[in-house]
Amino acid sequence: MGDTIETKTLTIENELGLHARAAAMLASESGRFKSKIFFERDGMEIDGKSLLEILTLACPKGSRITIRAEGEDARDAIEGLGKLIEDKFGEN
Amino acid sequence: MRGSEEKRVTVFKGIGVSPGIAIGKAYVLDHLDAKISRYKLDDSKLVTREIERFGEALKESERQLLKIKKELSDYEGIESLYIIDVHIMILKDKMLTSNTVRNIKDKYVNSEWALRMTIDKYKEIFDMVADDYLRERISDVEYVGQRILRNLAGKKRETISDIGEDVVIIARDLSPTDTAQMKVERVLGFATDIGGKTSHTAIVARSIEIPAVVGLKRIVREVRTDDEVIVDGIAGLIIVNPDPEMLRRYEDKKKHYHIIEESLLEYAGLPALTKDNYKVEIGANIEFVEEIPSAVAHGADGVGLFRTEYIYVNRERLPTEEEHFSSYKSVIEGKGIGVSTIRTFDLGGDKFFSDPGLICEMNPQMGLRAIRFCLKEVDSFKVQLRAILRASVFGKTRILFPMISGVGEFRDTKRIFNEVKNDLLAEGIPIAEDIELGIMIEIPSAVMVADELAREADFFSIGTNDLIQYTLAIDRINEQVSYLYEPLHPAVLKLIRRVVDAGHRAGIKVAMCGEMAGEPVYTMILLGLELDELSMNPLAIPRVKKIIRGLTLRESKELLEKVTTFPTAAEIERFVRSYMTQRFPEDFLTNEQ
Repeated sequence: MGDTIETKTLTIENELGLHARAAAMLASESGRFKSKIFFERDGMEIDGKSLLEILTLACPKGSRITIRAEGEDARDAIEGLGKLIEDKFGEN
Repeated sequence: MRGSEEKRVTVFKGIGVSPGIAIGKAYVLDHLDAKISRYKLDDSKLVTREIERFGEALKESERQLLKIKKELSDYEGIESLYIIDVHIMILKDKMLTSNTVRNIKDKYVNSEWALRMTIDKYKEIFDMVADDYLRERISDVEYVGQRILRNLAGKKRETISDIGEDVVIIARDLSPTDTAQMKVERVLGFATDIGGKTSHTAIVARSIEIPAVVGLKRIVREVRTDDEVIVDGIAGLIIVNPDPEMLRRYEDKKKHYHIIEESLLEYAGLPALTKDNYKVEIGANIEFVEEIPSAVAHGADGVGLFRTEYIYVNRERLPTEEEHFSSYKSVIEGKGIGVSTIRTFDLGGDKFFSDPGLICEMNPQMGLRAIRFCLKEVDSFKVQLRAILRASVFGKTRILFPMISGVGEFRDTKRIFNEVKNDLLAEGIPIAEDIELGIMIEIPSAVMVADELAREADFFSIGTNDLIQYTLAIDRINEQVSYLYEPLHPAVLKLIRRVVDAGHRAGIKVAMCGEMAGEPVYTMILLGLELDELSMNPLAIPRVKKIIRGLTLRESKELLEKVTTFPTAAEIERFVRSYMTQRFPEDFLTNEQ
């Protein structure tokens, strides 16, 4: 299977936004995949495997981010990351 | 990583509190890593080893965090552990590592400095975040950074430890603890967010003769470690990332400034004598023994104020009598110095707010400090007094007691002094017989009872910094009210006059050792008030001498009489400034630019 590019746009719904713990969960999840992963918000794109970079994206509740995955497991990556965000990182 | 790669010229306006021009690399000071230096790696082999050293510090930091996590997991809920995981992730974050390694490689700098550059850059990005909570996450990054730095410190290699580079210190504010930890010879200049003419940063900068600009408000947030900066202490400007043209202009200015200073130095050796033969004693305010040569070179007749707080800072324990003694002996026997005025322990207040060993006071300026502290901690006070008395045989000595509010306190002080004196005599230890005991007049109540105090003291020295602050009820480091810090306030002039008159009625000398004494704009006013001695930072002496030598006492008294008819400080200040500018155009016109 060749490289594919997958994207998905989601809204951050949990109360504190992408705070430290949520950002850490995202970065770990991204790290599980071989694909290159990027998060984009308001025209800023960062490396999805770097916790530091995710924190600098500074997403409060209600912000919309676009996930882009490039690689053989891009589809799985989008699905895994999307679920994490949709599940509000297991909060509440 | 984002953040501006191309360097933009930025100019910040603050208050110039120590003159001169400095050009160099910025070092943004955080309280936890005040000891970090920048070292240049001059060999590519060193670069490889430096990257290895950084890697080892990362591994060690991770090991420590895992250990902490394990210890915590034994008795804490899982909930609090996630933050340690976050810290481990930051530690292992490829951006943190790659940026730092790149800094080491590209800039040939040590790991500590390279890491600081990385963190500063992230700080800049986080500072732009609108959400308070998310912006605060930089503290997690800093926490991790501090841990790595500590581990780097444990593995410091000796080969590069001595070639530190000179830097401009950028800080929110500087405490005595901060400055005590610095290698001052490596500091080119200071730039701080808060402070005024009399804050610690200003005093230190003037005493070590480096330019400083304070009250810049946002400099810490805007400047990154390793940025090129110009400190213009004359105009009160900080220029970040100057373009080559600007840099050249400032190199010129820097040279020019030194020429001006040279031409003023010819006044250093001349007495401070007015044209109508009124002689003013000129003292130097110093805090380090090392400043004495500069004080003498700039024309001080004596030491008008030796601040002893610096013997106490940056220590685990109180200084011993011998440590005190060797310090005072060096001052008192200092070459070219007449009288030496040792001010006792002024600990407390703004000067020591950063000392973690002290109880935090809500209002330290009016709290347990100076003589109050000494009268409470009699044992440590006696150690200091013993040392001064022992040193007194090496030259003419005066002791100045700070924060005396009335006769009772001074009598208590003298009683302790006499106990110490009698103890020494009983032990057969020689002491000078002509030691003078003086009162620092800096509390309005002391002014009101100056007549009574004058009968008990050998001399007065007016500490204008505190006197103005207590009289006008303004916190001099609070920017909101610092505009009210007006040395020429009619009330302040009346208080000074009252002190001088009381002193002269009792036949004792009245000195002034506050910052006001070294401000040439005020020289005529102070002369008109008939102060016997002006003590100031050594750098200010040549210009003040020049002005004193260019005028008469009569003229000064006339100016004083004239301005005391004005009801507001602003009118007095305006009048005095324009008078001085006309009278001494070459000394004041250049300063106003």
